[in-house]
Amino acid sequence: MVEAKALVKRFGEFEAVRGIDLHVRKGEAFGFLGPNGAGKSSTMRMIACVSPRSDGELTVLGMDPDREGPRVRARLGVVPQQDNLDTELTVRQNLQVYGRYFGLSRAHVRRKAVELMEFAQLTERADDEVEPLSGGMKRRLTIARSLVNDPELLLLDEPTTGLDPQARHLLWDRLFRLKSAGVTLIVTTHYMDEAEQLCDRLVVMDGGRVVAEGSPAELIARYSTREVLELRFAPGDQEAAVARVTDLGERVEVLPDRILLYTATGEAALEQAHGRGVRPLSSLVRRSTLEDVFLRLTGRTLVD
Amino acid sequence: MAVVSSGRVVGSWRAAWLRVEGHWTWYRRYWRSNLYSSGLQPLLYLLAMGIGFGSQVEPGPATGGLSYVHYVAPALLVAGAVQYAVGESTYPVLSGFKWQKDFIAVTSTPVTAGQVLGGQLIWVAIRLVLSGVVYLLIAWPFGAWLNAGAIAVVLVGAVTGMACAAPLMAIAATTYDEGSRFTSIFRFIVMPMLLFAGTFFPIEQIPAAIRWLAWISPLWHGNELARGVTLGGLDLLPALGHLAFLAALFAAGGLAARHCFYRRLVV
Ligand SMILES: Nc1ncnc2c1ncn2[C@@H]1O[C@H](COP(=O)(O)OP(=O)(O)OP(=O)(O)O)[C@@H](O)[C@H]1O
Ligand SMILES: [Mg+2]
Repeated sequence: MVEAKALVKRFGEFEAVRGIDLHVRKGEAFGFLGPNGAGKSSTMRMIACVSPRSDGELTVLGMDPDREGPRVRARLGVVPQQDNLDTELTVRQNLQVYGRYFGLSRAHVRRKAVELMEFAQLTERADDEVEPLSGGMKRRLTIARSLVNDPELLLLDEPTTGLDPQARHLLWDRLFRLKSAGVTLIVTTHYMDEAEQLCDRLVVMDGGRVVAEGSPAELIARYSTREVLELRFAPGDQEAAVARVTDLGERVEVLPDRILLYTATGEAALEQAHGRGVRPLSSLVRRSTLEDVFLRLTGRTLVD
Repeated sequence: MAVVSSGRVVGSWRAAWLRVEGHWTWYRRYWRSNLYSSGLQPLLYLLAMGIGFGSQVEPGPATGGLSYVHYVAPALLVAGAVQYAVGESTYPVLSGFKWQKDFIAVTSTPVTAGQVLGGQLIWVAIRLVLSGVVYLLIAWPFGAWLNAGAIAVVLVGAVTGMACAAPLMAIAATTYDEGSRFTSIFRFIVMPMLLFAGTFFPIEQIPAAIRWLAWISPLWHGNELARGVTLGGLDLLPALGHLAFLAALFAAGGLAARHCFYRRLVV
């Protein structure tokens, strides 16, 4: 669905995307994970055929965005990072007007709007103006709007930012449904749990480059251990403790507020630490996540 | 499973027209206040200047021997159209890029930046005709019109308005702040033009040294045409000249706007 080779995006002198390779297959859910400014949105906008590439090769749905932008866009669904709904129109009108730009008949968009409002649980607000809707409702409407042309490829730029947990789960469920209906999804996020839940495969981006690629499980297996032991200390105690626990894990990460010990069995490491007289304020044994992968790859946490 | 999208690319004119349809959806919700204000303002001018002030003006050579209300009514329509066009091509266009961001939303569909501009221009033209008709009808009972040529004045107003709208859309597309330059344009270009470009008195009254300022203002060309089509006294050749000036301004402004729309929307 999407093929990129040495794809570059420059804004003046600044290189936001510095030569990335991508291969997104039909029917999969593909993710971009990365911190602020990694170049996720810039990449998404190139794939969405709204931002011309500065260098490299790109094909979307088998076509060149530079030459066949409108034809590609006709078959895409796009959820931009920032909502750009027409706030002076009603929910229903937003869907209908937008649908018309895809060459759909009036009758078709009327039907489709009803179906999409159902999908996004906005039926009760159908004829209300968009302006006073809550942020989560607007987000849901933006997502519903992106589906008006039954897209083959759906691009979601941080779809759940600003949604409450319940709304996020609702959205994930909707995205699963789309995926099982055969829609290819590309999602950017800086939530690891979202990436783990949604994506079959993902790339980790940092500073305009792809630093790792694989399925969530593969990435965790490759770049992290099975378990992580987190130790928190009273202010001032952490420094002394680091030296005494370092050898207990395969790897250790020292964050400002805690120590992370990477080990196959967290409980065993914790017992050993206790045996050495280390007294953390609190401790936690958990499974490795993509957050740990990211930390390993970039030396930074994903969400500060 | 194969998904086949229902979306397709529509032709350029159709795409621009779909934008008009989108604007119309909005207009249907707000037309009352819009049409009211667009018809009301020229009417107030007509009452104050044409009938009030005009009662103190003797018909003379400057008014072509006509009463002042007949002299000023066609020009007021054109001046109103220019003001309206300026209003519609500044903040609303900037909003499409910056606040409402509807241009950004629309260009992620098959519709292109050029088609968005086309839709915007057509939409302004339609509203110029609509508000011109409203003014025409309101001014009628006040005896503002001498003959059916008044209907053509509506078209002259629309053409003059469009000659202003196109370059202003180019300026709006290159505006990144809150639009403070629009205030300057209003103050230092539009207002003087409304007052001195032959709407209320012939430009022969302006000192010859600065009369060229009137000659290069679209409103003066519009006013000459508007008076010509309803009051007569305008030969074909000068009429074509005025029309050509307005058409050239529209074309140059439109091309510049097209360039600026692409530069702003495709980054
Ligand atoms: N239109 C633009 N002009 C100049 N610089 C830009 C433009 N758009 C993005 N950038 C820069 O490119 C870099 C990457 O931005 P991008 O929006 O792609 O990051 P992101 O990964 O989506 O980040 P976030 O998580 O904050 O959304 C940033 O440094 C940003 O300032
Ligand atoms: Mg982004």
